[in-house]
Amino acid sequence: MIHARDLARTFKTKAGSVEAVRGLSLDVAEGELVAFLGPNGAGKSTALRMLTTLLPPSSGSASVGGHDVVSDPAAVRRQIGYVGQGTGSGPYHRVRDELVSQGRAQRMSTMAARKRADEMLGMLELDGLADRPCASLSGGQKRRLDVALGLMHTPPILFLDEPSTGLDPHSRANLWDHIARLREASGMTIFLTTHYLDEADTMAERVMVIDHGVMIADDTPARLKADLAGDTIHIRLLCNDQLSHAAEIARNLPDAREATAQGRDLAVTLRDGEAVLPEFIRRLHQSGIEAMSARVVRPTLDDVFLGLTGRSLREAVSA
Amino acid sequence: MTFFSDTTISFRREIGPTLRSWYYILFGLVQPLLYLALFVPLLGNVPGPDGASPLQWFVPGMVVMLVLFTTVSCGWSLTEELMSGSFERLLATPMSRPAIMVGRALKELAPLLVQALILIIVATPFGLVLHPLPMLLGLAMLMLFGVGVASLSYALAIASKHDGSLFYLVSHSVALPMMLLGGVLLPMTNAPGWLYVASRFNPLTYLVEAERALFSGDLASLPVLSGVLVAALVAALGLTVGVSQIRKASL
Repeated sequence: MIHARDLARTFKTKAGSVEAVRGLSLDVAEGELVAFLGPNGAGKSTALRMLTTLLPPSSGSASVGGHDVVSDPAAVRRQIGYVGQGTGSGPYHRVRDELVSQGRAQRMSTMAARKRADEMLGMLELDGLADRPCASLSGGQKRRLDVALGLMHTPPILFLDEPSTGLDPHSRANLWDHIARLREASGMTIFLTTHYLDEADTMAERVMVIDHGVMIADDTPARLKADLAGDTIHIRLLCNDQLSHAAEIARNLPDAREATAQGRDLAVTLRDGEAVLPEFIRRLHQSGIEAMSARVVRPTLDDVFLGLTGRSLREAVSA
Repeated sequence: MTFFSDTTISFRREIGPTLRSWYYILFGLVQPLLYLALFVPLLGNVPGPDGASPLQWFVPGMVVMLVLFTTVSCGWSLTEELMSGSFERLLATPMSRPAIMVGRALKELAPLLVQALILIIVATPFGLVLHPLPMLLGLAMLMLFGVGVASLSYALAIASKHDGSLFYLVSHSVALPMMLLGGVLLPMTNAPGWLYVASRFNPLTYLVEAERALFSGDLASLPVLSGVLVAALVAALGLTVGVSQIRKASL
């Protein structure tokens, strides 16, 4: 559904040229839900804007829904719903009017657009707001309206640029409930950008990590975490004089990467913590070492980002 | 024709909020009516051709001024939508880009048409002689000109990158000299030589002259032809620049 080859975009600024996206290649199959994860300024939105025909690429090529973004942008636009970072609805326009004119803009007949508008109002819990000016909606309602606008013409592909930024946790969860349900019903392909780790982690089936305009990882969240960060087993020992012996046993565990010891606490990072933990405790026991407590800490995508770039995504976001 | 249906879609989207605040259209009439009431009486000794009422040449000038000032500043309304993201949303649809602009421009022009008609009706009892067909043609020519100026204003709004004061500075430092040099308030025929020569380089001059000819019922004349040509040129230029700005806009 989405293919890009060596996509690049350079912006000219007073300070010189800035390479926002540098040689991006990606493939997204029909029905996939893919997230672009990266800090602010990583090039996520620039890449998305090229895929949605809003920004011409400086070099490289991309096709979306079977059409080239440069040579046939109008055909691409008919295939996609686009929910940008900002508010899509006009402040002085009424909710239903915006939905209908969006449907008309996407080549629907007025009748079909009216019918679909009422359907979308119901689906995204916006009933009762149809005749209100869009400016009077709450943040969460505005965002749901943006999604409704993007889905008016039932596009096979939906692009979402930072869909839940600025929403409170409740509205975020609510928005995602709706998107997940709509996707289940239609099987559409969804491509989103986010700098929320938990969002990419729980919602996306595939995460593309992007930093400085380059894709540095592309896999399922589970495999990214297993390969690039791994689980950590934390063990507290009964006696601290056995710590060095225990650390040695830890280092010999299958797939063990790194073991650190301090006081009575031992931490070992490895691929699959839950599967190895019983064996670890058994080996300790065989050597006469008793564990007081044990826990497995699963990695987050932040650990993945840290492993890939040496920087924490949280620092990168606030920076 | 997608261009025309898209223009209709764009116009209908934009006109909704305008119709709901129709009282602004009436409010927009205050200024030209003040000119009529407080300025026209001073023109008693500047009669029109063949001794006609000064209203016969003042009202068309007033209508041109109304169109110029409203369309020159209408890019400002786009700035808000450029920043919020609702303009971007429309750009992600297959709508024709010139049609998006023309629809928006027509939304600015529709209230002006109403205002111009009211102005004509109000001035009639005070001596304005009606020439319905030429006057309507004059208004149509102004709409064409207005689409061009509005498109240039949208282009300026995009180019000034959300900088409201820059937009205001540029648009008004263009509009005011254009208005004064166009002989909107007083005919340029009474101007000293250098001012008259300068006014011949102002496209608005030809538009004002054409509008005055049409308001006197003079249909087939050189000023009318020049005016229509200038209006068409401004429209073509405006749309070309406007569309290229939209395409270049890396918002």
